[in-house]
Amino acid sequence: MRKVSFPYMGTSYIPFNKLLTALGNEVVLPPRPNAETISLGCKFAPEFACYPFKIVLGTYVQVLEAGADTLVSTGGVGPCRAGLYTTLQEKILKDLGYDFEMITLEPPGRHLKDLIESIKKLVNTRLSFRDYINIGRFVWKQLTLLDKAERLSHKVRPLEVKKGETTRIYKKCVDLVADAQNMTELSEVEREIELLYEGIDKKDFDPVKIGIVGEIYVLLEPSANLEIEETLGELGVYVERSMFLAGYTVSNAVMDLFHMAGERDIKKLALPYFKEMCGGHGRESVGNAVHFAKRGFDGLIQLSPFTCIPEIVAKSILPRVCEERGMGFLAITLDEQTGKEGVRTRLEAFVDLLAAKRKKAKLMQKSQLAKEMS
Amino acid sequence: MAYYLGIDVGSVSTNLVIIDEEGVVEEAIYIRTQGQPIKAVQEGMKMLAFRNRKKWDIKGVGTTGSGRQLAAVIVGADVVKNEITAHAVAAQKEVPDVQTVLEIGGQDSKIIILRDGVVTDFAMNTVCAAGTGSFLDQQAHRLGIPIEEFGNHALRSKNPVRIAGRCAVFAESDMIHKQQLGYKTEDIIRGLCQALVRNYLNNVGKGKEIRPKVVFQGGVAANSGMKAAFEEALGLSVFVPRYHNVMGAIGAALLARDAEVEKTAFKGFGISDIKFTADSFECQGCPNHCEVVNIKMEGKTIARWGDRCNKWKTSL
Repeated sequence: MRKVSFPYMGTSYIPFNKLLTALGNEVVLPPRPNAETISLGCKFAPEFACYPFKIVLGTYVQVLEAGADTLVSTGGVGPCRAGLYTTLQEKILKDLGYDFEMITLEPPGRHLKDLIESIKKLVNTRLSFRDYINIGRFVWKQLTLLDKAERLSHKVRPLEVKKGETTRIYKKCVDLVADAQNMTELSEVEREIELLYEGIDKKDFDPVKIGIVGEIYVLLEPSANLEIEETLGELGVYVERSMFLAGYTVSNAVMDLFHMAGERDIKKLALPYFKEMCGGHGRESVGNAVHFAKRGFDGLIQLSPFTCIPEIVAKSILPRVCEERGMGFLAITLDEQTGKEGVRTRLEAFVDLLAAKRKKAKLMQKSQLAKEMS
Repeated sequence: MAYYLGIDVGSVSTNLVIIDEEGVVEEAIYIRTQGQPIKAVQEGMKMLAFRNRKKWDIKGVGTTGSGRQLAAVIVGADVVKNEITAHAVAAQKEVPDVQTVLEIGGQDSKIIILRDGVVTDFAMNTVCAAGTGSFLDQQAHRLGIPIEEFGNHALRSKNPVRIAGRCAVFAESDMIHKQQLGYKTEDIIRGLCQALVRNYLNNVGKGKEIRPKVVFQGGVAANSGMKAAFEEALGLSVFVPRYHNVMGAIGAALLARDAEVEKTAFKGFGISDIKFTADSFECQGCPNHCEVVNIKMEGKTIARWGDRCNKWKTSL
């Protein structure tokens, strides 16, 4: 039996584990990126490679040591280095003497044949057409439920009375989704998630709203962004991320296959500022910034790994986008550092700034109103 | 009369101030942290207790700086604020229509942009410490000039030497090379000030619109050479407040005053006699092996941090 493993990114390991197991593989679960992962990644990666590259490489070493013989990763298109990273990681790992097969899943719109070949390698049991449908439905439901639990946590955390309660509930929800065995159980879990969040004691106020854009890995993996959403939530801020797992899967797998618009709307929003693609999610970062501004967000945070070219390009445009639309802007560059204090200081100051701005706008409105009345 | 205490625990210095209701500074203390924040805070409190002739009635306490959490548990703080907000508040008190705050401390530097009395943008140095106080300290030491004299030397120079400012390592080797060629020390020092200002404006102040009035604060503001270099580069006059080196602490005290706390958490000046200790252990809960720090008062743990997952932080 194939012993398959994959990079760790947010809660995606739950549906991925389910999918690969159902297709007849043994799954070696990757650990949440930790100090050891980062040390390994930094040791074997080229010094100038970005943080996500190092984390993923470190994870690969850990899972290969744990007995994996097949690594599954997604490929990519465009000039971001990450598109070639899988190949480079494979080379580095083989040089280190590990024996394994690397399977890269390319976006279907451009490499459909390759993708089918890759998937065939991962199907190691006899499955009927019906089985495929059932597996697909189940995994999709898991994905959407995980996203739902996370979105709810972002909504509730700034309002929580008892600090840390939302985070505890969120972890519980993730476990519930991971433990569900069939569709009936998943439906029950969906109800339970709603009830659990409803049960949290909440304050009644309108929190400052911050949108987060940036490179996908540091956006989706909390251990790579110093748990920024949790920190902001506990500072009383409503956070929304431009990317979620399910959304990402849809736009990059399904839509891509049928060449449908999806992320393309976001690209359209970026058009006044960004006419060319620059790889990675640079253009999406700008487009999403416009989208957040249109929805009345107070501030924007851009997360990028140190030396990430697409995000550097976006970073030079974002201040203008935010200024034109009256939104605060803060760029955070992430690398190996694990000390949260520096980022926390900046976040606190940023939130203070946004709150003061809001207060001032309200005062202005009031005086304007008073003037009109008299 | 009511008084307010502000404490700023930075990497290089620990500052304590007492202000009255009007925000007037009664007492200001500046001591070196020397890697021992607990000791520094206690020492500062001891000095304040000694000078406490008027029997200050402390109605509120604010802490700021990278050691703000630690200081807060030791003295009992009502307000714990980041240093950016604290510095902005203090600068505004000093110069109400300030639009730009330049702040250079021991290990970091920041720029704060204000418009109509509200902070609208800020930046802190991220990748480079070339322009900060520790580097200037080190260079003064290497040239055998007391840091207090550094600025005056720079002002005497007529022909500054160009020094590479992008990186502390480049700057230092450039300085040594120019010294060996026989350039005058004062010209090198002025060149260094210009290089640091250039680096600051390109790095920290990148893309920010610097409008007057400009306030320059932090430990480095004491350096008249740096002030002159800023004025030269910006073409604006730069104001250095009297208490420029304790502005963070003043801001913290002002924030405590404005927080309108009903009953302060202040533990009194006597805390300098209480035994505070810190110890740490490595959590074995996951492969992160976080170093968890326990802050103990007379042997009893009163605060805990250092864990990434909050398992220990919330266990008290």
